[in-house]
Amino acid sequence: MTSTALKEPVRETSPGAAREPRRRTGRIRRVSLPYLLLLPALLLELLVHLVPMAIGIVMSFKQLTQFYIRDWGTAPWNGFDNYKVSVDFDAPVGKALLQSFGITVGFTLLSVGLCWLIGTAAAVYMQGTFRGRGLLRALFLVPYALPVYAAVITWVFMFQHDNGLVNHVLHDQLHLTDKPSFWLIGDNSFYALLTVSVWKGWPFAFLIVTAGLQNIPRELYEAAALDGAGMWQQIRRITLPSLRPVNQVLILVLFLWTFNDFNTPYVLFGKAAPEAADLISVHIYQSSFVAWNFGTGSAMSVLLLLFLLVVTGGYLLLTSRGRKASHA
Amino acid sequence: MRSIRAAAVGAVTLSLALAATACGGGSSTNGGSNDSPKTLTYWASNQGASVAVDKKVLQPELDKFEKQTGIKVKLEVVPWSDLLNRILTATTSGQGPDVLNIGNTWSASLQATGGLLSWDEKNFAKIGGRDRFSDTALGSTGAQGKDPAAVPLYSMAYALYYNKKIFADAGISKPPATWDELIADGKKITAKGKSVLGAEGANLSENIHHVFVFAKQHGADFFTADGKPDFTNPKVVEAVKSYVDLMAKDKVIPAGDAEYAQNQSVSDFAKGKQAMLLWQSATANLKSQGMSEDTYGVAPVPVISGTPGAGAQVNSAVMGINIAVFKNTHNLDGATKFVKFMTSDAEQKILNTAYSSIPPVKAAQGDAAFNAPGTAVLKDTLAKSAAALPQVPSESQFETAVGTAVKELFADAAAGRAVTTDSVKAKLEKAQQQMPAA
Repeated sequence: MTSTALKEPVRETSPGAAREPRRRTGRIRRVSLPYLLLLPALLLELLVHLVPMAIGIVMSFKQLTQFYIRDWGTAPWNGFDNYKVSVDFDAPVGKALLQSFGITVGFTLLSVGLCWLIGTAAAVYMQGTFRGRGLLRALFLVPYALPVYAAVITWVFMFQHDNGLVNHVLHDQLHLTDKPSFWLIGDNSFYALLTVSVWKGWPFAFLIVTAGLQNIPRELYEAAALDGAGMWQQIRRITLPSLRPVNQVLILVLFLWTFNDFNTPYVLFGKAAPEAADLISVHIYQSSFVAWNFGTGSAMSVLLLLFLLVVTGGYLLLTSRGRKASHA
Repeated sequence: MRSIRAAAVGAVTLSLALAATACGGGSSTNGGSNDSPKTLTYWASNQGASVAVDKKVLQPELDKFEKQTGIKVKLEVVPWSDLLNRILTATTSGQGPDVLNIGNTWSASLQATGGLLSWDEKNFAKIGGRDRFSDTALGSTGAQGKDPAAVPLYSMAYALYYNKKIFADAGISKPPATWDELIADGKKITAKGKSVLGAEGANLSENIHHVFVFAKQHGADFFTADGKPDFTNPKVVEAVKSYVDLMAKDKVIPAGDAEYAQNQSVSDFAKGKQAMLLWQSATANLKSQGMSEDTYGVAPVPVISGTPGAGAQVNSAVMGINIAVFKNTHNLDGATKFVKFMTSDAEQKILNTAYSSIPPVKAAQGDAAFNAPGTAVLKDTLAKSAAALPQVPSESQFETAVGTAVKELFADAAAGRAVTTDSVKAKLEKAQQQMPAA
């Protein structure tokens, strides 16, 4: 670095200085071409992603109620009031948000855990070749391939109190409950939501883990078998450590999807979700669209965004540091 | 490098400006224009048994309008689940239809957004004057003391629909006129293995319409005279409790109805599983489900005692559809003409017959079609014993907050949990806290 810095002035004063501008424009042209090619993508990215996000953030500082939506430029600024309302956990709005947040965290942990467990177990069992494996694999992927609305509305029918399949099996045939249960209202709605979410989510875990398994060399298992390692030991010592990078991404993605999931609870429960299954995405929707208070709704969304950023950042930091440590 | 940076900055600025103008589309124009005098877009609400039925009813009328005026009307029938959201989005963006249907209970809420054309004397004069419409219907077109935000199009009221055969089998000679009679009849009907009364426990709007009437019958209102929410008023609590008690205590509404929100109670009634149904203008709906008109009777909704009338004898909310002009229309004259056409005597007769509703236009009400026994009950109710839901800007939030409270109370009742004065009060208190500060 120092040597070039020393050389620079010499070149400036050299006779070749006259040719310099032309060479520079040539270089600029060369360097700028990729950026020019990127420009349309950059513009669209701005338009599609960043601008709405920025507008959402701006909205969160405004008092955007039904009286201003027609001409929302004129909505008065109210600083951090929307945020204050959202995080004032003694007042009803904040308390409801906190409760909804708690439910969402619990729901997400359970759902992601179960999706991962079922998906991994299925992938490990599907590893060996046997007749009908292809068919089973395809069958497993069906819930993931179905359109969300069609799939969830089918669950709604199955969960119905009077004519639903679930009550028919649990109550009429197996006699597990003394009377038919309600699944779409009241406390059971949490389990109904969890069931649908896991049903819908685990095939993705299965798919990703199956792909990850293909990359583990057969020889490792053969060597382990020679050393007398059983099936369980092979899974613990070879499969799981080798899947680590795959799992790192898989769990993060599942977490973000589940935490933000709007379609499943909305189709299951409609506009007013039961308290036991009041996920944060529907809660925010209700605060803005149903209560017509878009400012508070935006503030809640921004808080959610911040929370997810912190979690994602923390998770990546922790897992990648752990990986470096294990490599060392 | 500097030129690239400049280009990038330029690009960012440009796209920001583009986005800003695109989003602010609604703010620049105030009121409508007549830029496109040859076309109109019309959002109709879903009145018939399905969207397809509505298209079949409306399209011939729109063709008639095109023949008369040369204006082509593009029809879109918007399902109820989307209609309010679509209107809000249209209001925010300024990009919407020219003419639209709104549920009459939303009038004051939508009026507050300023997205709809006000119907002052001048505008009313263009469609034949305010006097053509019944006062009951006009009472549900916006806040009191302000020019209406919409014009009444179809009027509806609640009635008690009862299955004649189930009543005869249970030895009941006439439909119940009071709630006590209904509960007593319920015991006889249950003994015959049929369910008594249907309800849509998870449908927020249905819940609101019923608890509103119950509150009236208990001499209470959800809002104070100056428009503040008053949900925890002991009489309101009592009224809401007595409605939920129809399931919790009196067992006339089956527990399964707590999760109904897609008109399942109407099909239960049409299938003959259930003896009674409280519904607004159900005739067309029941017909489409294959229930013939001579198998059921129509009676006024019960009251606590005495006969339906004003005050505590109210037995229905003023239900119905209003037609409104979007302020940002590009064809103001055409839109006004279209409203005039839709509210003309001839069209009122055709449309209200098709939808088994009552014309809000006085001159059309006298038609023989609206004096059939079923319709006469509705007409009578509207004229004598119906009250408008609160015409306050926060009406739509009220529907959501209190409707959800009632849904949760039904869920408690269905799960066998006790519904007490305290538990009702707690839910209503929570609902009240969710209301925007007035």
